[in-house]
Amino acid sequence: MQIEERKKIGYYPGCAITMGSSSEEYGTSVLRVSEEIGPELEEIHDWNCCGASSAHATNHKLSTALSIRNISLAEQSGYKEILAPCPMCSQRLIISQKDVADDEELKKDVEDAIEMPCDGDVKIINYLELIKNYCMDEIAEKKKKAPKDLKIASYYGCLLLRPPKVLKFDDPENPTSMEEIVEATGATSVDWELKTNCCGGGFTLSRTDVVLKLTNDILECAADAGADAIAVACPMCHANLDMRQKKIGKEYKRKYDIPIVYISELIGLALDLGPISLGLNKHFIDTKSVVNAFA
Amino acid sequence: MGKKIGVFVCHCGTNISATVDVEKVAEEAKKNNPGVAYTTTYKYMCSDPGQKLLRDKIKEEGLDGVVVAACSPKMHEHTFRNAAVKTGLNPYHVEISNLREQCSWVHPDKPTGTEKSIDLVRMMTEKTRKDRSLTPIKVPVTKRALVIGGGIAGIQAALDIADGGHEVIMVEREASIGGHMAQLSETFPTLDCSQCIMTPKMVELAQHDNIKLYTWSEIEAVDGYIGNFDVKIRKKARSVDLDLCTGCSSCWQVCPCKKIKSEFDMKLGNRTAIYIPFPQAIPSKPVIDRENCILFKDSRKKNIKPNDSKVCRKCIDACPIAPVKAIDYNQEDEIVEEKVGAIVVATGFKELDDTSMYGEYGGGKYKDVITGLQFERLASASGPTEGKIERPSDGKEPEIVVFIQCVGSRDPAKGCSYCSKTCCMYTAKHTMLYKHKVHDGHAFVFYIDIRCAGKDYEEFSQRAIEEEGATYLRGRVSRIYKKGDKLVVLGADTLTGSVVEIEADMVVLASAMKAQDDAEKFAQKLSIQYNKDKFFSEMHPKLKPVESSSAAILLAGTCQGPKDIPETVAQAGAAASKVLALLSADELEREPVVAKVDRLPPPVFSTCIGCFYCQRVCPYGAIEEEDIKARDGSVIKTVARVNEGLCQGCGLCAATCRSKSVELAGFNDEQVYAEINSVEFN
Repeated sequence: MQIEERKKIGYYPGCAITMGSSSEEYGTSVLRVSEEIGPELEEIHDWNCCGASSAHATNHKLSTALSIRNISLAEQSGYKEILAPCPMCSQRLIISQKDVADDEELKKDVEDAIEMPCDGDVKIINYLELIKNYCMDEIAEKKKKAPKDLKIASYYGCLLLRPPKVLKFDDPENPTSMEEIVEATGATSVDWELKTNCCGGGFTLSRTDVVLKLTNDILECAADAGADAIAVACPMCHANLDMRQKKIGKEYKRKYDIPIVYISELIGLALDLGPISLGLNKHFIDTKSVVNAFA
Repeated sequence: MGKKIGVFVCHCGTNISATVDVEKVAEEAKKNNPGVAYTTTYKYMCSDPGQKLLRDKIKEEGLDGVVVAACSPKMHEHTFRNAAVKTGLNPYHVEISNLREQCSWVHPDKPTGTEKSIDLVRMMTEKTRKDRSLTPIKVPVTKRALVIGGGIAGIQAALDIADGGHEVIMVEREASIGGHMAQLSETFPTLDCSQCIMTPKMVELAQHDNIKLYTWSEIEAVDGYIGNFDVKIRKKARSVDLDLCTGCSSCWQVCPCKKIKSEFDMKLGNRTAIYIPFPQAIPSKPVIDRENCILFKDSRKKNIKPNDSKVCRKCIDACPIAPVKAIDYNQEDEIVEEKVGAIVVATGFKELDDTSMYGEYGGGKYKDVITGLQFERLASASGPTEGKIERPSDGKEPEIVVFIQCVGSRDPAKGCSYCSKTCCMYTAKHTMLYKHKVHDGHAFVFYIDIRCAGKDYEEFSQRAIEEEGATYLRGRVSRIYKKGDKLVVLGADTLTGSVVEIEADMVVLASAMKAQDDAEKFAQKLSIQYNKDKFFSEMHPKLKPVESSSAAILLAGTCQGPKDIPETVAQAGAAASKVLALLSADELEREPVVAKVDRLPPPVFSTCIGCFYCQRVCPYGAIEEEDIKARDGSVIKTVARVNEGLCQGCGLCAATCRSKSVELAGFNDEQVYAEINSVEFN
């Protein structure tokens, strides 16, 4: 799709990927790639936490109000779409939007709390949707480097796809959008079984043992399928697979050395954008092998 | 003519009298109501003494109109009308005032119920005043029956009717009769070999003097009505002349297309382009699959007649019949017409074979996740593996097999809401068949319930668990995925409260029994009703299980709903008995409560303006067009005419008619307005 005029999309980073946070390389690479191939992203002014972590588990109204405030801010700035690269945020925003549309009373309470009207005429998209809708042609035209023999396993985690009736994104049992983007960068997608399995997500601190087991299953399956690296689109998945990889290896007695790359970083490498500018130096598991594949 | 109406108010035990003062209703009926000559109450009008009371009073009081204030006319209208007939009174002067379903059962307050009942009785008395005598319509009967479908239901029904002395025509759309039962290996609860018990019946049918069998044929159209059906049958082009062919098998042995997926083997095995579906097929004569045969593909591509194609002539060359070969590439579909008096619909079911909605089970992409019928074909001695249990992917014998019940059934979210009835039994059977062949194998069954309600069924399933060692786990399976060459099955065991992970070699899904893909279209062709799941509807679930919504069209087998073989055979026999009753009379009587479009003398001829809205709304196709002609043959106007044979007396045409030209006998305008006008509106 030729972008005639730079269409501005509201950018909602959320706490995990905003500058200075623990997964900032996702944010960095998303912004760097959009500079190169569009679309134009503009950070929503005065955005707040979406309520995906503690708020959603303790107070439904609070978490809804927190999310709706962001949507209303976007609405007032005239954005038709919001990009929330973190699936925890995108899922929370979409569910809040739906809850408010289904419940008149909740809508009133929320509008009172945030002191702003909320008409809900903004579409929230995740990063895979953004690339698929706006950038596939741009990648094909502008990619400069083709990797030699790089096998990528696409890992979706849960929040991009579930609940399917609300998110309506891709096939919840056998999705293919990330694989399509991986193939567009010139890497090879591997077929593997656990791409929609839960990694343990938010239990990473309270039940690390469970997270270790679940992430081991994922790493084992990807490794057995012949993957050189795993592509993700979620900072939580990234944290569990990347940060905990050494510990998982020790616990389950298998040495893994699988770099975990954000899909935005992969696209950036294909466009020959500098690895440091994409944040590839901020990972726990060294991303050298992936960077070198593109050299 | 002054009417002498008798009003009989029934207590119905306490069903009516508990919430309606029946004595008061009887009293009020006579008050200020000239024409009501006699009133009384009785405990049970429908009983023998009740009916005797009715008959006696009609004679004693010289009644020429009767109102029975009692239960719904659907219950006893016939009873009281028949009682009247015995006295010589035309039964259509007997009306029912429904005081039970429409009053006493829904209003708990006695005074209110009584007032309403008084109104209801008055309404009916006013209607009765306007009643006219009606005579039943007599129609002739063609003493032949049509059975649609050649599975076990159709076969049983056909044999029963034929043994009863009447001619039967059977139409089966596959190349052979046998249906799904022919695909099964062993049947529960006896573990009889399915084909061993079925083939004798198949042969009996094929050789029966009274049965004419059309295979590779479909119903093109059904017109007509009870006792008088005109059926058009499409004999699809088999490309083989059934009269000449001897079934010698020379042709299919030389066919070069050997890799076509066999429908009979549920795509687990292959067949040739010219083929018989299975070794015991009846007729044992082949058919050419024109979709896949290279000669026909060639003729279509080159746009030439099939016999002009020279790309392959192996089968016709191998055919030993002379001087005219039994194979005829240019053979075309043929439409034949048959006249019958009754029809039995036995079109069977389809197994849910498209599991793409169950992505969590692989959505159909894992070769070793198979359905129930596919497992039957593996276990069957005439199947693609000659009865050896082998994994479709690599032919290895599976050491661990997981069976999952209720796939597609009892699942309103993704599948059908109903229970498919047979799967609990056939899964238990499958575990036994598996163990009989793989002695060291282990079978796991994931279930929600174990439904084994038939005779000897409970013992059968217990045998699978206690003697044959199948492990039954109560819980659902959430995910199946591949790990190496194993299938990891993740499920729950709710009785121990644990998660279960099994590395299986093969998984069998007990998939739902669904209506045929074209069930809806077929039902519309025959004008019979069907439910939301496209199973054909019986007239009454308890008391009329084999009658469809159309007179003289009977239902048998799984086309009416999921059921097993014993029930199917029983239902087929029941359908046959109804057919034999229909065909036993020389004439059939139909209720005269039918619609009639008025006919008047010239120059009006009829108030009908020929808009035919009535035709559009008639659910039974009973409105015809009639040209009113002048003496010179020119058409003056085209008006509607009701076919009395097809009309079911629903009254939609009378309600729709814009010119008030249609009336329903027994419910004409005069009668209905009399009822309405008698209600006092306060």
